Amino acid sequence: MSAADRPQAWRRRLDGTWSRRLRSIAEDRLDLLAWVIIAALVVSAVFAKPIRLTVPSVLQTLSGGFLAETVTLQPLQLAPHDPIDQNLADRLHPPSREYPLGTDQLGRDILSRLMVGARISLSVGVVVVSISLMIGTAVGVVSGYLGGWVDEAVMRIVDIVLAFPGLLLALVVAGILGPSLTNIMIALAVVGWTQYARIVRGSVLSVKQRDFVAAAKLMGVSEPRLVSTHVIPNVIGPVVILATLDMAYVILATAGLSFLGLGAQPPTPEWGTMLSQGRHHLLTAWWIANVPGVAIMVAVLAFNILGDSLRDLLDPRVASRLEGKGGL
Amino acid sequence: MTDDRPLLEVTDLQTHFETDEGTVHAVKGASFTVEQGEIVGIVGESGSGKSVTALSCIRLEEPGEIVSGSIRFRGTDVTTADERRLRRMRGQGMAMVFQDPTTTLNPVFRVSEQIAEALKVHEDPDSQRLLDYLHVPPFSDRSDWADKRRRAVDLMHEVGIPNPDERVDAYPHEFSGGMRQRAMLAIALAREPDLLIADEPTTALDVTIQAQLLERIRNLNQDLGMAVLLITHDLGVIAELCDRVIVLYDGEVMERGSVDRMLIDPRHPYTRGLLECLPQTTPRQSRLSSIDGEVPDQIGPGSGCPFAPRCEYAVEECRTGEMPRVRLEDGRDAKCCRPEVLDADPAEVE
Amino acid sequence: MYRFILRRAVSIVFVLFGVSVTTFGMVVFTPGDPAEIVLREQTAQNPSQEAIREFRAEHGLDDPIPVQYLDWMADVLRGDLGQSYYHDTPVTTMIIRRFGDTAELAVAAILVALVISIPAGVISAVHTGELPDHASQLGSLLGVSMPNFWLGYLLIVVFSLYLELFPVSGAGTVRELVLPAVTLGSGIAAIITRLLRSSMLDVLEAEYIGTARSKGLRERIVVYKHAFRNALIPVVTIVGLQFGYLLNGAVIVEIVFQRPGLGTLLIEAIFARDYPIVQGLVLVIAVLFVVSNLLVDVAYRYIDPRIRFDGGTR
Repeated sequence: MSAADRPQAWRRRLDGTWSRRLRSIAEDRLDLLAWVIIAALVVSAVFAKPIRLTVPSVLQTLSGGFLAETVTLQPLQLAPHDPIDQNLADRLHPPSREYPLGTDQLGRDILSRLMVGARISLSVGVVVVSISLMIGTAVGVVSGYLGGWVDEAVMRIVDIVLAFPGLLLALVVAGILGPSLTNIMIALAVVGWTQYARIVRGSVLSVKQRDFVAAAKLMGVSEPRLVSTHVIPNVIGPVVILATLDMAYVILATAGLSFLGLGAQPPTPEWGTMLSQGRHHLLTAWWIANVPGVAIMVAVLAFNILGDSLRDLLDPRVASRLEGKGGL
Repeated sequence: MTDDRPLLEVTDLQTHFETDEGTVHAVKGASFTVEQGEIVGIVGESGSGKSVTALSCIRLEEPGEIVSGSIRFRGTDVTTADERRLRRMRGQGMAMVFQDPTTTLNPVFRVSEQIAEALKVHEDPDSQRLLDYLHVPPFSDRSDWADKRRRAVDLMHEVGIPNPDERVDAYPHEFSGGMRQRAMLAIALAREPDLLIADEPTTALDVTIQAQLLERIRNLNQDLGMAVLLITHDLGVIAELCDRVIVLYDGEVMERGSVDRMLIDPRHPYTRGLLECLPQTTPRQSRLSSIDGEVPDQIGPGSGCPFAPRCEYAVEECRTGEMPRVRLEDGRDAKCCRPEVLDADPAEVE
Repeated sequence: MYRFILRRAVSIVFVLFGVSVTTFGMVVFTPGDPAEIVLREQTAQNPSQEAIREFRAEHGLDDPIPVQYLDWMADVLRGDLGQSYYHDTPVTTMIIRRFGDTAELAVAAILVALVISIPAGVISAVHTGELPDHASQLGSLLGVSMPNFWLGYLLIVVFSLYLELFPVSGAGTVRELVLPAVTLGSGIAAIITRLLRSSMLDVLEAEYIGTARSKGLRERIVVYKHAFRNALIPVVTIVGLQFGYLLNGAVIVEIVFQRPGLGTLLIEAIFARDYPIVQGLVLVIAVLFVVSNLLVDVAYRYIDPRIRFDGGTR
C-alpha cells in the first residue's frame, strides 16, 4: 500500500500547511532569540572586565624576564563599575542612568556584577560539561566496546550514582568538600558523567549490532577503526544535544547551590549568591534579587531552546534526565 | 428510508490533501452506488485513492478534505452532517474494518471492552457520558457492561473466534493477526450495520486465514443482509465475493459494472491490463505480464485521462480532453473518449 | 510478576549496597578531622588533644574503616542511623520527625503538577498550532527554565506580601502549603505538559484512534479514553523519575519558605558538619528514590499490558 492510500502517511508531509509553517517560523525566531542571548552572555563574559593571567614565577625566570608578572589576555572593560568595590553612599540605589540596574545593599553596581556573573556561570558550565563529556564518553566507549565484565562493572557504578537524586548528591559532595566554586564543579562533574556514559555506551552497542559493522569486520577492518568511523558519527548527535541541555542544567545547579551557600562566596558576583543576598530586600529594593533571577532564567532558557531544537533536528529519541530542570 | 434509493450513493466525490509539494487530488470525482444487501468491490492499484474513498464515506478522511461531491447514506448527505449525525451513522448504520489488524485495535484495552464499547455506542449514540466509558470506580456506571460482555462473547462466536469464553478478556497482543481481524469484525457487527466497509481486510493475513475471513464476510452478508463495500487490489477476491465492481485509477472510476460481465469481457484498457496481470490468465512458462509505467503522483488536478501515459490506445485527445462516461450495457459504463476502443456504440457517449 | 519483582529486588540490593558504601565513604574520606571541626564549633576554641581523643573514641572514629562501616551498617539495618554530633536525639528520630513535612510538600507538588499538566498537555495536543498550544508550550518552556529559588520569592512577594493571601513561611496548615507546593509543582508541571503533548500527538495518529472514531464514539471519549490511556505510558515513567527531583527541589523550596523538613535538616547538618545526620539522610533519600523507581516500573507494567511481568515484550 503506498503512502497515498494512507492518510496517516500524509500527515508527515502536511508539515507545510500554513499553520504549521507559521509555527516553524515561530520556532526559528525562538532559535534566533536563543542565539542572541547566548551571544550577549559570551560578550559580557569575555569583555565585562579585563582577563589577566598570573604567570607562575618559574616561567618568569625561565623566560629571563621576558614574561611579566601578569599577562593580559583581554584588556577591555565593558562593565561600567567595579563589581566588587563597595560604595555605601549609593547603597540600595534604584535603577538610574548611573546604575542602569540599581545597586545592592553595599552600593555595588548590579549591571556590572551581572556581567561578571555571566563569566562565572558560563565558565563553570563549560568546564563541568567538558569534564563530564570527556569522562563519560571515554567510559561509555570503553564499556560498550569491550562489553563483558568491564561493561557490567561500569554500568553498576552508573546505577549507583543514579540511585541518588543528582542535585542532592552534588549538594552533599560540595558540602563535604567545603563551599567553593571549584568544589561545585567537582560535585557536578562527579554526578554528570554518568548520562554521557549511558548514551555513548548505548550508541556503541547499537552500532556494534548493525549489519554494516558485521560486514566491515568480515572484510577485516580493524576494530579501533570501526569505532572511529562508525561509532563516533553516531554518537555525536545525542552527545551534542545532551551537552547543550546540560549547560542549562549546570548553570541552574550552580546558581542553586550558590544560593544555598555551598558555591560561590560573597563578594563573588555569582548570580545565585546575588539572588540570595537580595532576598532580604524583596520589598524595599526588588531589583537586587530579581535582576539575577531574570538572568538565570534567560540563560537557562536559551540553552534549553537550543537543546530542544537540536533534539528536533538531530535525534528525536533522546530522552534524558535533562528533560527537566532537576528540581531546582 | 426510501427503498428506491441506493443505500450508499457517492456522487462526484473529490478528496484532497494539502502537502508541501502541493495539493494532492486523491479522489477526483468518483461516483458509485451500493444497494441494500449487495457486495460491491473497489479495485485499484496502490495509490489509486481507494482507501481514501472508503475513509471519506465514513468521514475519516482527515487530514484530507472532501472538497466537492456528495455521499448519501440512507438518503442523508454525510458530507454535510454534524458530529451528532455522524455518530449515529457510525454507531447504527455504517461500520468499517481496516487493513492492518495489528494497529487498529487499541493495545491497552481488553478485546471485550472494545467490543462492549461498540455495543454501548450502538445502543445510544447520542448521550455518551465520558465517565460511563471509563473505569473510575465510584463514578462510572458500569452496571450494563457485564451484559455487554456476554453479548461480546456471542459476537466473537459469530465471527468465528474459537473459545470466545476464554478469550473475551484477552488483550489484542494476545491474539493472532487473523483473530484480531475477526475481533475488528465483531466490533463492526456490534453496531448491526447496514453497510460494512472493509478496506483490504485480508491483505495483512495468511492465505488460509484470508479465505476463512472472506467466507465469514460472505456469510454475514447472506445471513444478515448487510451490504459490503470491499476495497482490495486483488481481483481474485473481487471475483469470489462481489456482485459489482468499481475499477479505480488515480482517483477516478475507470469502469464499473457487474463482476460476472466485467471479468469475462473487460472493455476499458486499464481493466483489461489489470486482468492480464492475473497469473492465471497468462500461459504457463511465459513471463508474468504487467502494466508499464507507474501510478501518477496525484499532485495537481491533472488533465485528460490519467491512464493515458500507460495506455497503448492513447491519442492526443486522451491527454488533454474531457473524458466522457460511455454506457456499455445495463448497469455498466466506462470513462474513455474512444468508444471504438471500448467496443461501444458511439451513441452511448454521455 | 513475582519473578520480575524478585529479579529487580536482587539488583536493588546490589545498588543499595553500593549506595551505603558511597554514603559511608563520602564522610570517611572527607578532608579534615571531624572531631576537631566539631569540637571547635562547639567550644569556639581550639580543642585539646584530650578532648579530640575522647570524641573520636565516643564516635568510634579510631576503628579501622571496614570495621566502622560494618558497625554502621549493622546499626542501620536495625534502624539506627547513629547519633548526631550536636543533638541528643538519634538521627532516625530526627528524620522521622521531619519526614512528614517533606512528604506532604512532595505529594502536594505532584498534585499541583498533575492538575496543571494533564489538561494543558491534552489540550495542547488536540489543538496543535493554535493559541492554547502556543500558550502552553511557552508556559512550559518558561516553567522548565525558571529557577525555583526565584519563583518562590516572586510568589511570596505577590501572594504573601502584597495580597496577603498566604503566609510567608511555616508548615502545618494547608494555607502554608500552597505556595511551596505551587513553586515545586510548576517545574514538574512544565515537564509533564511537554511530554504529554508529544506523547498525545503520537498516539492521536495511531490507527486505533481511527477505529475508535469509526465506532461512533464522541471525540471526548476518543481523546480522554483511547488516546490518553496510551499517551500516559511514557508519561508515567517520567513522573516517577520526577520523584527524585522532587526531593532535590524540596531542599530549595524548604529553604526559600523556611519550612521544616528533610531539606532544611540536610542543609543545617551540612553546614554544621554533623555527618551522622548527612549520612543518614542521604541513605534514606537514596533508598526512597530507588524504591520509587521500582514502583514506577511496576506501574508501567500495569498500564501497558503488552509488557509482561516476566520481562519480555509481546
